[in-house]
Amino acid sequence: MPRQPMPQQDPKVRAQNFNEVALGYTEEQAIAEAKRCIQCKKPTCIAGCPVEIDIPAFIDLIANGKFDKANEKLKETNSLPAICGRVCPQEDQCEKVCVFSKKNEPIAIGRLERFAADWEMRSEPPLNLPLTKGEMSRSDRGSEKVAVVGSGPAGLTCAGDLAKMGYAVTMFESLHQTGGVLSYGIPEFRLPKSIVQFEVDGIRKLGVDIQVDALIGRTLTIDELLKKGYKAIFIGSGAGLPQFLKIPGENLGGVYSANEFLTRVNLMKAYLFPEYLTPVKIGKKVVVVGGGNVAMDAARCALRLGANEVTIVYRRSEAEMPARIEEIERAKEEGVKFKILTNPTRILGKDGWVSQMEVLKMELGEPDESGRRRPVPVKGSEYLIDVDTVVVAIGNNPNPLLPREIKGLNVEKWGGVVVDPATGQTSIPHIFAGGDIVSGAATVIEAMGAGKRAARAIDRYIRNPSK
Amino acid sequence: MYKILNKQRLYENIVKLDVEAPLIAQNAKAGQFVVVRLDEKGERIPLTIADHDPNKNSITLVLQEVGASTKLLGKLEIGHWILDILGPLGHPTEIEKFGTVVCIGGGVGIAVIHPIVKAMSEKGNKIITIIGSRCEDALIFKEDNKAHSDEFYITTDDGSCGRKGFVSDELKALIDKGIKIDHVIAIGPVPMMKAVSNVTKAHNIKTIVSLNPLMLDATGMCGVCRVTVGGVSKFACVDGPEFDGHQVDFDELSNRLTQYKDKEKIAFDKCERCGTHPPTPSLDKRGGAAHKLHQIGDRRKRG
Repeated sequence: MPRQPMPQQDPKVRAQNFNEVALGYTEEQAIAEAKRCIQCKKPTCIAGCPVEIDIPAFIDLIANGKFDKANEKLKETNSLPAICGRVCPQEDQCEKVCVFSKKNEPIAIGRLERFAADWEMRSEPPLNLPLTKGEMSRSDRGSEKVAVVGSGPAGLTCAGDLAKMGYAVTMFESLHQTGGVLSYGIPEFRLPKSIVQFEVDGIRKLGVDIQVDALIGRTLTIDELLKKGYKAIFIGSGAGLPQFLKIPGENLGGVYSANEFLTRVNLMKAYLFPEYLTPVKIGKKVVVVGGGNVAMDAARCALRLGANEVTIVYRRSEAEMPARIEEIERAKEEGVKFKILTNPTRILGKDGWVSQMEVLKMELGEPDESGRRRPVPVKGSEYLIDVDTVVVAIGNNPNPLLPREIKGLNVEKWGGVVVDPATGQTSIPHIFAGGDIVSGAATVIEAMGAGKRAARAIDRYIRNPSK
Repeated sequence: MYKILNKQRLYENIVKLDVEAPLIAQNAKAGQFVVVRLDEKGERIPLTIADHDPNKNSITLVLQEVGASTKLLGKLEIGHWILDILGPLGHPTEIEKFGTVVCIGGGVGIAVIHPIVKAMSEKGNKIITIIGSRCEDALIFKEDNKAHSDEFYITTDDGSCGRKGFVSDELKALIDKGIKIDHVIAIGPVPMMKAVSNVTKAHNIKTIVSLNPLMLDATGMCGVCRVTVGGVSKFACVDGPEFDGHQVDFDELSNRLTQYKDKEKIAFDKCERCGTHPPTPSLDKRGGAAHKLHQIGDRRKRG
C-alpha cells in the first residue's frame, strides 16, 4: 500500500497567503497510514529519533483510533510533538531507518506525529491534555531551582523535562515572545505561531515559570541567578549573529540577513504593515542567497509578500543543498526560481539601495571537508542580475552575548560553547548548554535532543554536584 | 508590562517618561539602552537610558516624536503601560580617569549624555560639556548637565541661546584656544557625531560616539544594526552602541537609517489619522493561544 499523501494548499493559492501549506491528515488517512506500520519486534525507527519517541506504540494507538492515547504516548518523551511533526527532517531520522525505507516508502512517522498532536488541539473544546509525567517523575526534588536561558526548542525541552522531574524551573526569554526560532524564524505557513504557543502553554502547565523581556547577561547576570538560588543553568540562547558574504555592497539598503528578514515577517508580522508597525520592503525582484531551509523560508516569504520574481542563488548544485527536499519542492511549486552553481561577488547600489548583483558561475570540484563537492569559480564568468531586495541566508554564528559575558566558559574559536556532548555540561560545572549555541545552526530536533540530554545531566548534577 | 510613573513634555516633540522597570533600574549603567515595544502591534525600537533610579525601580527615557512609534509613545500618560521593555542592552560607557573630558550632546542626545557627564565627573575628570539644539526652547536637561560640569557651553542653530552654530563649532573653538583635551564623547544626530569626529580626528583626540541604528531583537541575532567601523562590520547591539568615532562610516549609517523612510511616513500618517492610540495591550497576550487555536480549528473545518 502506498504512503498516504499529505493534503496541501494549492501552490498558486498558497503563494498568496501565509496560511499553513500542509493541511494534515484526516482521521481516515491517519488510520490508513498507521496500519501500514508492521510493528517490528525490534523497531529500528526509535534509534533514529533524537528524543527517543516510542514510535511503534504511538502509531499502533492511531491505527486503533485511540488518538488521545497516541498523543499521550508522544508526550512521554517529546514535549513538542505538533512542532516536530511539522519541522523535523524525518527523512534523515526516524523515517530513514524505518524498515520500509529499503524497499518501499517509509511510514509517514512525522505526519502521524503531527496528526496525533493536532488531535488534541482540534478537539472542541481543545483537550489541552497535561503532559504526562512518565517514568521520569520524581516528587522528591520540588524545591531545587533551575534556570533555563532561551525559550527555543532546546530550552523548551530542557525546561519541560526538568519540570516533569519535579524541579522548579524558570525559563528566561529575551524577546517579547516565547519559542525562539520557532517564533521568529520559521514562517507561519510552515509552522503556525498559534501551534508554537499551544506547545509553550503545555510547558507552562507543567509548572515552568516563563519570563519574557529577560536577557540573561544583561537584565540579570549569571551570578545574580546563582545568588537567587538557581542550582544549575541551561543555556539555550540559540543562533546569533548572521553570517554575511563579506562582499562589497552588503550594507546597502535592501540587503537583509535571513534572520532580520524572517524576524520582521514572522515575529513582528510585517506582512500586516501598517496595522503592525514593523515594515519590510519587497521589491519586484528578490534574490535569496543560500541553499538551506532558512533560504527556502525567506524565498517563500518574499513570494507571499508580493515579489514578482524570487530567485535562490546557491554556489553548489541542488544535490548539495542542505534544505529538506520537501521544502525545495514546495518552493519550486510556488514559483521560486533556482540559480545553482552561482555565487555573488558584489552588490551594486543606486541612491543607497541595492540595484544589481554581480554573480559568478561555479563548477563542482573535489569533495571538501563536509564531503560535498567543493564549488570552484569559473574564471571570467561574472555577470550582472537586476535585483531590488537581497536576503543573505548562509548561516549564523552562535549568539555572542553569554559566551562573552561568562568568565571561564570555554568557547570555540567560532563562538560555540564547548560542552561534553553526552551531558551538555560546560567548563563551568553548574552551567549546561545545548542547541545552536553549541552546534551553530542545526535542526530543531537536534536542539531538542540536546535539551533532553542536558535535563538528565542537570538532574544528576544537582543530586550529586561533586561528580 | 511597564508602568509610566511620570511624564513630562520637555519641548514640542520631546517627551520624558519615567517607567517602572525594576530589573533594568538595578543593572543599568551610563551609555546603555533599552528596546521598547509599546503594544502587540508595535515596533521594537531602541532608546538610550537617560537615567535610572534603583530606589524607585524606574528608568528614564527621553524620546523625540519623529515616527509612528515615538508618536504613540509620546501619547502615553501617567498610569499607562508599555507592553515590553528589554534591557539594559549594549556595553556601558567606558568610565575612566582620562583627564579633561569633553561631553557633547545634541538634540535628545543631551538627555542621554547627562549620566555620562555625571559618571565621568565622579571619576575625577575635568568635564567640559557642550550641548546644542535647534533653539533655546529645545535645550533639554540643561541644569542636569551643568551641575556636573566644570565648563559648560551651549550652541543653538538660530543663536537664541549660546553660540549660534553647531556643537562641533564650539569644540573647534576650544581646541583652537589651545585647551588640552584627552577624551571626547558625543551623542546626538548622525551628522553632529560625524562633524565632531571630523574636528577631533585632525587633532588625534580619542572620540567616542553612541550609535543608534535600526534594531529588532537587539541581542545579537538579527544583524540589522550592522555598522562599518574601521572597515569591518560591527553589530551595534552587542559590539556597541559606542564606537571610535574616527573609525565609523557615518554616511553608510545615515543611509541605513533612512531605509524605511517611505514606510515610516505611511505608518506616521496612519497614526496621525487615528488620533489617540489606546495604549491597552491585551492582558492575556501570552496566554491566549487556546483561543487562537480554536479559530484555526474552525477555519480548517470550513476549508
